[in-house]
Amino acid sequence: MFDWIQKISNYLVYTALGMSQKSHLAEALDFFIYDTIKILILLFIIIFLMGIVNSYFPVDKVRNYLSRNKLYGFEYLVASLFGVVTPFCSCSSIPLFIGFVKGGIPLGVTFSFLITSPLVNEVAIGLFIGLFGIKTTIIYVLSGIILGVISGIILQKLKLEKHLTPWVQRILTNSEMEQNRFISEKQTLKQRLPIIWNEVINILKGILPYVIVGIAIGGLMHGYIPEGFFEQYMSKDNLFAVPISTILAVPMYSNASGILPVVQVLVAKGIPLGTAIAFMMGVIGLSLPEAMLLKKVMNIKLIGIFFGVVTLCIIISGYIFNLIF
Amino acid sequence: MNKIIKILGTGCPKCKQTTNIVTEVVKENNIEATIIKVEDIMEIMEYNIMSTPAVVIDEKIAIKGRIPSKAELIDILKN
Repeated sequence: MFDWIQKISNYLVYTALGMSQKSHLAEALDFFIYDTIKILILLFIIIFLMGIVNSYFPVDKVRNYLSRNKLYGFEYLVASLFGVVTPFCSCSSIPLFIGFVKGGIPLGVTFSFLITSPLVNEVAIGLFIGLFGIKTTIIYVLSGIILGVISGIILQKLKLEKHLTPWVQRILTNSEMEQNRFISEKQTLKQRLPIIWNEVINILKGILPYVIVGIAIGGLMHGYIPEGFFEQYMSKDNLFAVPISTILAVPMYSNASGILPVVQVLVAKGIPLGTAIAFMMGVIGLSLPEAMLLKKVMNIKLIGIFFGVVTLCIIISGYIFNLIF
Repeated sequence: MNKIIKILGTGCPKCKQTTNIVTEVVKENNIEATIIKVEDIMEIMEYNIMSTPAVVIDEKIAIKGRIPSKAELIDILKN
């Protein structure tokens, strides 16, 4: 499918620049150009498709749907799935949280959404396809959704409403199945496209430097780290590898675009996929800046429980992956 | 008629970009308007929005959850 990019990249490096076929630098450059073009194309396609889906399922609609319908346990799955199609911006997490609480949506269901939304987003999916292939991507997406559902159910069972800040609790008691004042925009796809297009360009512009730097670092590491280097430290038999990499990942606040190309090289050099996926979920899904923001709506204890439960679920899924692969 | 334009957002990059665009549009088109940045989350929530940035014109939500384009803003402001 991507042969033509390889041809372009080969042409640029060996013909246009006239570099020697045997040089390491030429090989690295070839790899870099090929990867960058491929990943950018995939990112473009995925962000665009998700943009279209999201345009028809804006977060208000999601909230109203969850608020009005009795779903007999499926609400966690629905919230989690909506989390996938909703682009996540950490600055929106508070309004979102309050909006859900206001609509009378249970706390656990709200958490399901909040967990999946950053974890499985359009940028991560695009990068995953480019770096790890379709199969691994599907596994990542599915496990992200399941993780959101299970963590949400656990958090609901813990009855954590009392840990919300007083003003949020007040909203909670006054919650109702409200009819939104905002009338949803009735637009044709043709009217929506320019808006979606702008969003795509905005997102791409924002992540472009990280993607390029990430791929460049990945490319360099590819050349210098010997094959199978990590196997001795982080083999599947090492039971501590998964929890340690997950816990290390939580305070790391990097966006997926920078970290994924690097992780791909680590996997190529012998880190088990499950361990790597646990690490990536920790980096992408849980971040300290987000925790600081959440302090406005919940106390430290609840943030701790929230992060603890999700971390635990990530660690368990890491073990499961390592067992499967 | 002086319009009151409020930009709701907790201070993320997208919100800042939105403020810049609104300010530019108002200036370039000589629109009489007061631009107010609303960063307090409790006040933002009164508008019942769930994604920021949002642009509120004369207490009516015009844009939410994305950065508006200049053409779009001109269109909204002139009506």
